[in-house]
Amino acid sequence: MTMTLDLHSRTAHELRDALRSGETTAVEIAQSYLDRIADVDSRVMAYLDLWEEYALEEAGALDERLAKGEDPGPLAGIPIALKDNFCTTHGTTGCASRILRNFESPYEGTVVTRLKDAGAVLLGKLNMDEFAMGSSTENSSVQPTHNPWDIDRVPGGSSGGAAASVAADEAAIALGSDTGGSIRQPAAFCGCIGMKPTYGRVSRYGLVAFASSLDQIGPFTKDVEDLALIMNVICGRDPLDATSADLPVPDYSESLGREVSDITIGLPKEFYTDALNDEMRAKVDAAVAVLKEQGARVIEVSLPHTDYGIAVYYIIAPAEASANLARFDGVRYGFRHPDAKTVEDLYKLSKSEGFGREVQRRIMLGTYVLSSGYYDAYYLKAQKVRALIRQDFDRAFEQCDVIITPTTPTAAFKLNEKIDDPLQMYLNDVYTNSANLAGVPGVSIPCGLTDTGLPAGMQIIGKPFDEETIIRVAHAYERNRGFDPGKPPLE
Amino acid sequence: MEYEPVIGMEVHVEISTKSKVFCGCANEFDAPPNTHVCPICLGMPGVLPMLNRAMVEASIAVGLALDCTISRWSKMDRKNYFYPDQSKNYQISQYDLPLCHDGHLDIEVGGETRRIRIRRAHMEEDTARNVHTLGSGESGVDFNRCGVPLLEIVTEPDLHSAEEAHAYLTALKQILEYLDVSDCNMEEGSLRAEPNISIRPKGSEELGTKSEVKNIASFSGVQKAIEFEIRRHKKILDEGGAVQQETRGWDADKGLTIGQRLKESAHDYRYFPEPDLVPIVVDQAWEDTIRETLPELPLPRRARIREAYALSEFDAGVITATKPMADFYEATLSAGAPPKQAANWLMGDFQALLSDSKTEIQENKISPEQLAEMIALIEDATISGKIAKDLLAEMFDTGKDPKALVEEKGLVQISDAGELEAMIREVMESHPGPVADFRSGKHKAKGFLVGQVMKLTKGKGNPQLVNKILDEELEKT
Amino acid sequence: MARITLEDVEYVAGLAQLTLDDQAKQRLLKEMGEILAYVDKLNELDTDGIEPMMHVLDISNVFREDVVTGSLDRDAALRNAPKTDGEYFLVPRILDTE
Repeated sequence: MTMTLDLHSRTAHELRDALRSGETTAVEIAQSYLDRIADVDSRVMAYLDLWEEYALEEAGALDERLAKGEDPGPLAGIPIALKDNFCTTHGTTGCASRILRNFESPYEGTVVTRLKDAGAVLLGKLNMDEFAMGSSTENSSVQPTHNPWDIDRVPGGSSGGAAASVAADEAAIALGSDTGGSIRQPAAFCGCIGMKPTYGRVSRYGLVAFASSLDQIGPFTKDVEDLALIMNVICGRDPLDATSADLPVPDYSESLGREVSDITIGLPKEFYTDALNDEMRAKVDAAVAVLKEQGARVIEVSLPHTDYGIAVYYIIAPAEASANLARFDGVRYGFRHPDAKTVEDLYKLSKSEGFGREVQRRIMLGTYVLSSGYYDAYYLKAQKVRALIRQDFDRAFEQCDVIITPTTPTAAFKLNEKIDDPLQMYLNDVYTNSANLAGVPGVSIPCGLTDTGLPAGMQIIGKPFDEETIIRVAHAYERNRGFDPGKPPLE
Repeated sequence: MEYEPVIGMEVHVEISTKSKVFCGCANEFDAPPNTHVCPICLGMPGVLPMLNRAMVEASIAVGLALDCTISRWSKMDRKNYFYPDQSKNYQISQYDLPLCHDGHLDIEVGGETRRIRIRRAHMEEDTARNVHTLGSGESGVDFNRCGVPLLEIVTEPDLHSAEEAHAYLTALKQILEYLDVSDCNMEEGSLRAEPNISIRPKGSEELGTKSEVKNIASFSGVQKAIEFEIRRHKKILDEGGAVQQETRGWDADKGLTIGQRLKESAHDYRYFPEPDLVPIVVDQAWEDTIRETLPELPLPRRARIREAYALSEFDAGVITATKPMADFYEATLSAGAPPKQAANWLMGDFQALLSDSKTEIQENKISPEQLAEMIALIEDATISGKIAKDLLAEMFDTGKDPKALVEEKGLVQISDAGELEAMIREVMESHPGPVADFRSGKHKAKGFLVGQVMKLTKGKGNPQLVNKILDEELEKT
Repeated sequence: MARITLEDVEYVAGLAQLTLDDQAKQRLLKEMGEILAYVDKLNELDTDGIEPMMHVLDISNVFREDVVTGSLDRDAALRNAPKTDGEYFLVPRILDTE
C-alpha cells in the first residue's frame, strides 16, 4: 500500500479534503495510520489498546456510506485516539491502572458518542499517568511513553500517550483530559497543539474522574484548523453532566484566518520570573513579537496569586480524588486481591496492590486534608484562595483579551529525572494549573525548538467560554510565525 | 432517682418518585436483584449524578408541611465511608446546608398538644441491600435500592416518652401520606425510624449521654426499643455507671438492643461539597408554587370536617386518618349523602369490607357517588337498612350501581299496605297459637309474627309498615 | 500547621482503606510532610471574608426530569465484577458491624 504512505503525516482537515475529493478512502487513511503505529509505537509506546480490526471495519463502513453519497459527518474518516480514561464500549478502559485493567465499560462517554456520530474512526486507547495523576506518564502501571522528539525524554503528562501519538503521526487527533495541565504540558513537550476548554464547555460524562471540579476534556491536534474542527464536535451542553454549561457553541472555524489588530495580549508579570528557563522565555517572547507585528497590543498584567496555585491545586485535587477513587474497591469491577477473607481485607489489599505509588500518595493527602479537624485549615482555605485566583483572571481580563505565558518552565525532562521527587514533579504544572483553578480555557501551541531540538510551547489563556478568541490568536500566530515546526526525528 | 427521658428521632423516608434520585432507573421495590441498576447507580468509573427535580419538589413539599424554612441556597455534599452497601464509597447527601430546616410538627398525646421541633430535612440517596443468606457463606449486594431518593427528617430532642415518639411517627407518617410522597412502609423499609435516647434527672437541664437505635421495623418496635433503652440507661445510672454514646441494633425477637462495635474513625465522614452537582436555589416563587399544590393537611382537615359536618371528635379522626378516606368521604357528601349517615357507612360496613379484603379505599370498586346513591335509597325507603348491608357487599364485589342491583335482584321494599295486609292475614291464619297468646297479653309473641311476615316477604317488607298493620290486625278481634 | 505524625499517617491510611508497610509509612510521612509544609504558604494570605469557591461556573438548579430511562441488563451490570452468583455481587461475609 505504498500510496497510503504519506496520509498519516497530514492534518485532519487535509485528510477530510482528500477523502471528499475522492483522492483516498477512509480505509486507506486508517491503514496508513495503523502502518505508522506498527512502525513507531514500539519506540513511542503511546498505545495501550490498539483497535486495528475495529478501525478498519468502521472505515470500511464509512467508505460505503460515502459511496452512497451520504454525509457521515465533519470528522468522517479521521483517525482519532483516546486517552485511557475515556469510557468506551469497545476495547478496555483502564486508566493505565492495575486496579482497572481489562475493565470493559458497559456504557460510552458523551464525547466518544459525539466523535462516532461525527464519523471519526477510533484507533484505540492511549497511555497516561495512572488515573491522570502525574506530569510525565511515568506513573502508568503499564509502560512509560517516550517523547517522539527524544526517546530518552518524557512526553509530559498525564495525557502523554495522547500528545506523543499526535506528534508521532500515530493519530490525526487525540483526546485527553486536563486537571492541572495534563493536556497543555504534554502538548508543549511533544510539539503539538493541546487545548483545555473552559470548565463546563465539554461534557465530562464518561471521563473517569480525577478531580471533578478541575477535570476537562480537550483535544491534541497538528494545527489550529484541526483544533477548530474537533472543538466544533466535542463542545456543548450534555443533559448527563450537571456541570456542562448551557451556552451556545460558536462555529470555531469562523475564528480562522482573522486579524488580531483589535486584540490586547496580557503578559502576567508573575509568570516571567527567574524560574523560567531563558531559552523558553526567548521562544515565547519571539512568538509574542509575531502577534505584535500583526497588530496586537501587548501589555503587562498581574495575576498576583499565581504563586499559590500549586498549593491550592495540591489540596483540592487530591481531596476530590480521594473520594472519586474510593469506588475502586474490587466489588463491582476491577482488581480484587485473591487473599481477601473479610470486607476490610477486600478493600485494603485490593487498593494497596491495585493503585500505584503516586495514586496512593494523593489519596492519602486528600484524605488527610478532609479529615476531622483539618477541613477548614486546608480544604476551605484552598477554596478561598481559589476564589482569589479566579478574581485575578477576571481583573486581568478587564484589561486584555488573552493572556500569553510559556506553557512550561523548561522543555521535556528525561525519564526518571523527577520520578522520586513528587514536589518537583508537581511544580511542573506551575504555569498551567491556575487555568484549571479559575476554570478558564487555555491552549498550548508550539513556538519553536530549543537548541537541543526539543519543542517549546506557548500558552494562550482566554476568558471563560471564549475559546473563539484563543483559536483566532493561535491561528494568527501559526500563519505568521514564519517557520515550520517540523516533525520529530523518528525515521 | 426519678429520670426524664429525652428522645430525638431521625426518620429516613424513601420518596416515591418514578425514577431514582440521580439516574433514570426505576424506583421500584421488590424487583429481582440488580435489575434496576445502571452505570450511574452502580458507581461505574466516569459517571455523573443528575438530581431528580421531582425529589427536590417532594422534599420542599414535606418541608413546607412541617413548617420548615426552605433554604434559599443549598447544595449536595459527599459523605465518605466504605461499606459494601455503597456503590461509590461515598453517599451524596446534604451536610451543613439542608434543603429544609427549623420546622415543627404538633402531636397529640393524652389529650394534650405538644409541638415537636424539626431540626432539618435533607435529601440523600439510599444504599444498596446486603443479603447474608446465599448459602455460600458470602454476602451478596443488590444495588436496586442504591440511589432511591431518601429524605432524612431529624427532630430536636423534644420527645419525652415512647408514647410521644409513637405519636410523632404516626403524625409524620400521616402527613407524608397526605402529601403522597412515600409508601411509608416500615416493613419494606421505605420509612425507617432511628430514635436516639438519653435520660436525665428530673428537673435537670443538662442532656445525658445518648444511644441511637437502628434496625427497627415497626412503630411498636420503636416504642419497645425506646422503653428498653430507658430501662437500660436507668439501670446503668442507678448502679453508678456511665452510659456510653453508641449505636445499638434492635433485636425484635429478643426484645432488646445490642451494641454495635464501631471504630472511632467510622464517623470521620470527610464531608465536602459534591463537585458534580450544582447548587439548589429555591426562590420565593418556586416555594409558593409548591405551597399551592399542598393538600389540606390532616389536623386542619380533621377540625374542619368535625365542625362542618357536626361529627364527633372520634368520627372526624377516623374519617381523616388517611387522605383517600377523607377524600372519599367528602366526595360522598358532594354526591348528596347526609354527613352522619355517610360517616356511619364508611366507618362501619364499608371499612369492614375494605379490611376483610385488604383493599385500599382508592382501589375499591364502589365510587363515592354510588355510596351516596345507596344511602339515598335507604332514605327514601326504597330499601331497608338490612338489605343495604347486602347491597353494599354486592356493590363492593361487582362495582355495579345500587339502583341497577336493586332492580336486578328485586330488592325493592314492599310498602304496599294492601299487599302487606294480605300477607299478614295469611301468617295470622297459619299461626293461631301465637295470635291467641298475644291477645291474651303475651306481647312477646308479636316478635315471632313479625319474623314470619318478613320471612314471607323475603325480607323486603317495609319494617315500619309491617309493624303498623300487624298491630292493627291484632287489635281486631 | 502542626507537623504530620506517623499516627496521622496510620489514621489516614485507615480512613482511605490502604495497607501500608513500615517503609511506605515512613516514605509517606516524609513526602506528605514536605507537601503540607509547601501548602502552608497559603497561610500567608488573609482570606477573612472571602467566599470559598465551590464551582467555577455560576450555575444552579440543573435537574433531570423524573422519567425512567431504563437500566442495564443484569449480565452487563455484573460482567466486570470479580465475583458474582449471576444475581448478586459477592463479597466476603459482612460481619455485624457498620
